Amino acid sequence: MFQIFTDLASWLSFSVLGLSPDTKLGDALHFFIEDTSKIFALLLVMIYLIALLRASMNVERVRDFLAGKNRGLGYLLASGFGAITPFCSCSSIPVFLGFTSAGIPVGITMAFLLTSPLINEVAVLLLMSLLGWKFTILYIIVGMSIGMLGGLFLDTIKAERWLQSFAAKALEQGQTYSSAGTNGTIQSLTMSERHAFAKREMFDIFRRVWIWVIIGVGLGSALHGFVPDGWIETHLGTGQWWSVPAAVLVGIPLYSNATGVIPVMESLITNGLPIGTALAFCMSTVAASFPEFILLKQVMQWKLLAILFAMLLVSFTVVGWIFNSVAFLL
Amino acid sequence: MKKFKVLGTGCAKCKTTVLLLETTAAELGQTISVEKIEDPMQIISYGVMSTPAIVLDETVVHKGGLPSTAEIQQWLTS
Repeated sequence: MFQIFTDLASWLSFSVLGLSPDTKLGDALHFFIEDTSKIFALLLVMIYLIALLRASMNVERVRDFLAGKNRGLGYLLASGFGAITPFCSCSSIPVFLGFTSAGIPVGITMAFLLTSPLINEVAVLLLMSLLGWKFTILYIIVGMSIGMLGGLFLDTIKAERWLQSFAAKALEQGQTYSSAGTNGTIQSLTMSERHAFAKREMFDIFRRVWIWVIIGVGLGSALHGFVPDGWIETHLGTGQWWSVPAAVLVGIPLYSNATGVIPVMESLITNGLPIGTALAFCMSTVAASFPEFILLKQVMQWKLLAILFAMLLVSFTVVGWIFNSVAFLL
Repeated sequence: MKKFKVLGTGCAKCKTTVLLLETTAAELGQTISVEKIEDPMQIISYGVMSTPAIVLDETVVHKGGLPSTAEIQQWLTS
């Protein structure tokens, strides 16, 4: 089904531009055209279809649903909702406070906020088309587990101690009145409202991510064409245990969204970077960034931010090591 | 004069929303006031979690994204 994009790329780079498939430039350009055209086509079609389905899903409904749920179920549901509910990362703080003042424990809120950037429809789509369904399923399981275990950990250490005082007060009040009425009314949407929403989402998301696709695939194809075969394997292979934490340390402050980093990851993997190292790098770029930590500073004290940073560093590193050691099973 | 507030923590979309309100009002020859609310506690006090959101005369009329020009015109003329 994706053959058409390979054919398009061959035709453009070899027939129209007259490059030879044996040159580095020809190879890199072919890779670039094939991947960008494939990703663009998939994005437009799939974002529209998925948006049709989830038109009536929003953070207010998630909050009302999570408020007052028992803890064990709460982590699972929160990270599940994190995966499917859309919201702009600049809404993180209002969402955090909104959940908190509804009396939802910090860990459950964080399970939602951690999973949300890691898993979304665009990421899943790209993983499926570039790295296959097995890898995609593993990615989803790992992403949700990090959210759930991270949340559980934060509640276990009583992370609410280190909230900024106004946020802590909001949580306290929320827990006292947590059974108080919620204002999320469930609206049912007509088909034409759904269509309007999906169309807006399609353009909106596309406008936001196309540049990341170009940058990501561009970097990926440069790696593909110009880094000598075997170089990555020799220097950053599974033998070097430190390459995983190093990849995570580099990845956390960097910001990219999943759309940009997945094509890079594909290219790194096909060039011989161990799968766990690639996954650890990808997840750490997507899950956290400096701008995000600065935003979170508004509601968390430094100590909690440092714990969060350490927690992410450790969990992505462990994920990387595990995947590197079971890579032969994939 | 209609009083608008744009709730948002300072992302690009919030700035665009302010601009959209101002230009649409200017096109219709109306003077409005637009205040930007960036304090998260104040945002939450309107019961809003998805930004940008728009408050017209202390009622939330829109949240979770850019408003359409048609919507803005409706608020301005209502």
